[in-house]
Amino acid sequence: MSSTDLWYATRASGLMALILLTLTMVLGITTTTRARARNWPGFAQQEMHRRISMIAVVFLGIHVVTSVLDTFVNISWAAVVIPFTSSYGTFWVGVGAIALDLMIAVFVTSLLRARMRPGTWRALHWLAYLSWPVALAHTFGMGTDSRESWVIVLGIVCVASVAAALAWRLREVSRQASARTAHASVTGVPPKHLVLSARSRAGSRRA
Amino acid sequence: MHSLSEAVPTTGRYRLLGHPTDLAGHVATLGPAPLPSGSARGWHEAFVSVLEASGLAGRGGAGFPSAIKLAVAHAAGRGGTIVVNAMEGEPASDKDKLLLIRSPHLVLDGAQLLAAATSAQRVTVCVPAGREQVASAVSLAMAERAAAGCAPVQEVMVRPPDRFVAGEESALVRWVESGRSLPSFRPDKGTPLHIGRKGALVHNAETLAHIAMIARTGPEAFRAHGLVEDPGTSLVTISGAVEHPGVVEVDRGTPLIDIANRATPIGAPQALLVGGYGGSWVDPVHFTTPYASLSLRAIGATAGVGIVIVLGQDACGLVESARVAHYMAGQSAGQCGPCVYGLPAIADDMTRLARGHVDPGLMARLERRLREVDGRGACRHPDGAVNLVRSALGVFAADLADHVGGAACGRGNRPSQLRFPQTKRAA
Amino acid sequence: MIRILIDPAACDAYGYCAELLPEAITLDEWGYPVVDGKPLPPELVDTARRAARDCPRRAITLRERKGGR
Repeated sequence: MSSTDLWYATRASGLMALILLTLTMVLGITTTTRARARNWPGFAQQEMHRRISMIAVVFLGIHVVTSVLDTFVNISWAAVVIPFTSSYGTFWVGVGAIALDLMIAVFVTSLLRARMRPGTWRALHWLAYLSWPVALAHTFGMGTDSRESWVIVLGIVCVASVAAALAWRLREVSRQASARTAHASVTGVPPKHLVLSARSRAGSRRA
Repeated sequence: MHSLSEAVPTTGRYRLLGHPTDLAGHVATLGPAPLPSGSARGWHEAFVSVLEASGLAGRGGAGFPSAIKLAVAHAAGRGGTIVVNAMEGEPASDKDKLLLIRSPHLVLDGAQLLAAATSAQRVTVCVPAGREQVASAVSLAMAERAAAGCAPVQEVMVRPPDRFVAGEESALVRWVESGRSLPSFRPDKGTPLHIGRKGALVHNAETLAHIAMIARTGPEAFRAHGLVEDPGTSLVTISGAVEHPGVVEVDRGTPLIDIANRATPIGAPQALLVGGYGGSWVDPVHFTTPYASLSLRAIGATAGVGIVIVLGQDACGLVESARVAHYMAGQSAGQCGPCVYGLPAIADDMTRLARGHVDPGLMARLERRLREVDGRGACRHPDGAVNLVRSALGVFAADLADHVGGAACGRGNRPSQLRFPQTKRAA
Repeated sequence: MIRILIDPAACDAYGYCAELLPEAITLDEWGYPVVDGKPLPPELVDTARRAARDCPRRAITLRERKGGR
């Protein structure tokens, strides 16, 4: 494969990974309880979230491998996971490395989910939310295609989707919270014991 | 069977109340607690066999055989805690308060005996926040015992929140461990409770007092009262439409109406509420039923905690039951959907019924909800509420027919004959 | 014979289990699962294991019930 082919592969797979990661984020953020109350197939959504995240990881893998194999620029294997150690594009490749590290952490903890307390797993999984803006920054910071208008539009669409998902989630959570508070004031059941949205309140030992 | 005591056994009737309250008087009248001296091997076997022979069942509402509970806790290993459950969450119950104020040393002796039997390292007495009279009595008794060296295992008192479910044994243990009164889901009855990694044996205060008496007098003195299948005595709080409400000590198997009569009902009782707000209404046709687990179960009622409430003629059973349903709904721990949402929905339906605002689907909806909520909580709280409501629909069937027909009975505006604590919005 | 056990304190009414196993689990009017008491047919056991694994609150366990009750 020529250096040029590798370069195109790096750019294309990078953008694909960003798109798929954005989709994963949107599906994850909009997961709430009582989906069935809205006649929504929550389990199917959770499955989609998982599968799309795996496809994103595949594209990410291609992106990383091709960028290292490409001899035109010097990015070592180590630089891919250790931030700011690359001689080429030190800062923005470093940012990419951070995003990659966060995603590796999330991936590994999801595989080991059954072995940890739900609260721990949830906290680690929220780290995933951090990797997305970092990945977005890396995409536009690297600068390769980021001045193309279609790439800019893509970026805007990604940001808008996540923002919309967040807004929906916050509204849903506050709606459920006020329903619970109203319920509590009628029944006298202390609100903090009622079903909470994101916090783990499992019957097992609490943190 | 042998008695563990070398001291003078009690003469006269076996009883928990009526003994001297102070430590010196207690020991002079009943003798010291028959704890093992030095390395008395064989004490453990003797104690267990006395407990088994007595047939004592818990007096906290579940009626679980105490000897089995001890065996489970013993298997959990050394260094655990004996938890004295004096939470008494049922608003209509006063027996544990009275026992701790009048005979605290019996309760604490019982705890020390169990501590010796399980090699526990602490006795933790749980008195709800706000019950200062009981707390002072317990404090005083513990100080007397510490000074006289009558507490080989350290005795401490803690003050959990005064809520109904806080007295549920797994919630109580969870509170001691982490400060949150939340019951745990325990599908296997045989699993012991834990505080941290050590075992916790929880017993109602009255059960411990019985253990202390039985250890001194031997199982025969206990079995001389009550029935073969439900031996001994119980403390029962009588309230409602009566002249002399209070706590009485009765033999198990005493006919319900005889218990109620000890408090002099005002007029002929319309019904009796047995077992508290998680218990059941009993129809006059069953007033002679013996106060014993099996006999009550045979008429669709439960013994529960020692409570008998007399409903007077001029009250409405459905209205009172609606009030109980609302109270029980408000006392949910807030963990389990069916309890958090189901109990208020049932209470709501009962209120409509009580007021005569009956829509055509109400009875079917209420029956469905009762069926769906029963047994679907982590603890027995929703089951108790469902039980109460179901028994009301049965016992007050005549009133039910009137209310469903749209005619409220007009007795609904009377003040309640039942006791409800001030509803506190807990923090 | 496999029995589905749901911890009511852990359950937060996500409803995934009812989505996967409508033959054995229905939802009450508030979205919480009602497990039907009948023994689980062998062809549904794998799906039941999946429901237990994927419950976001890990509220589901499967129990072997030896013989009859």
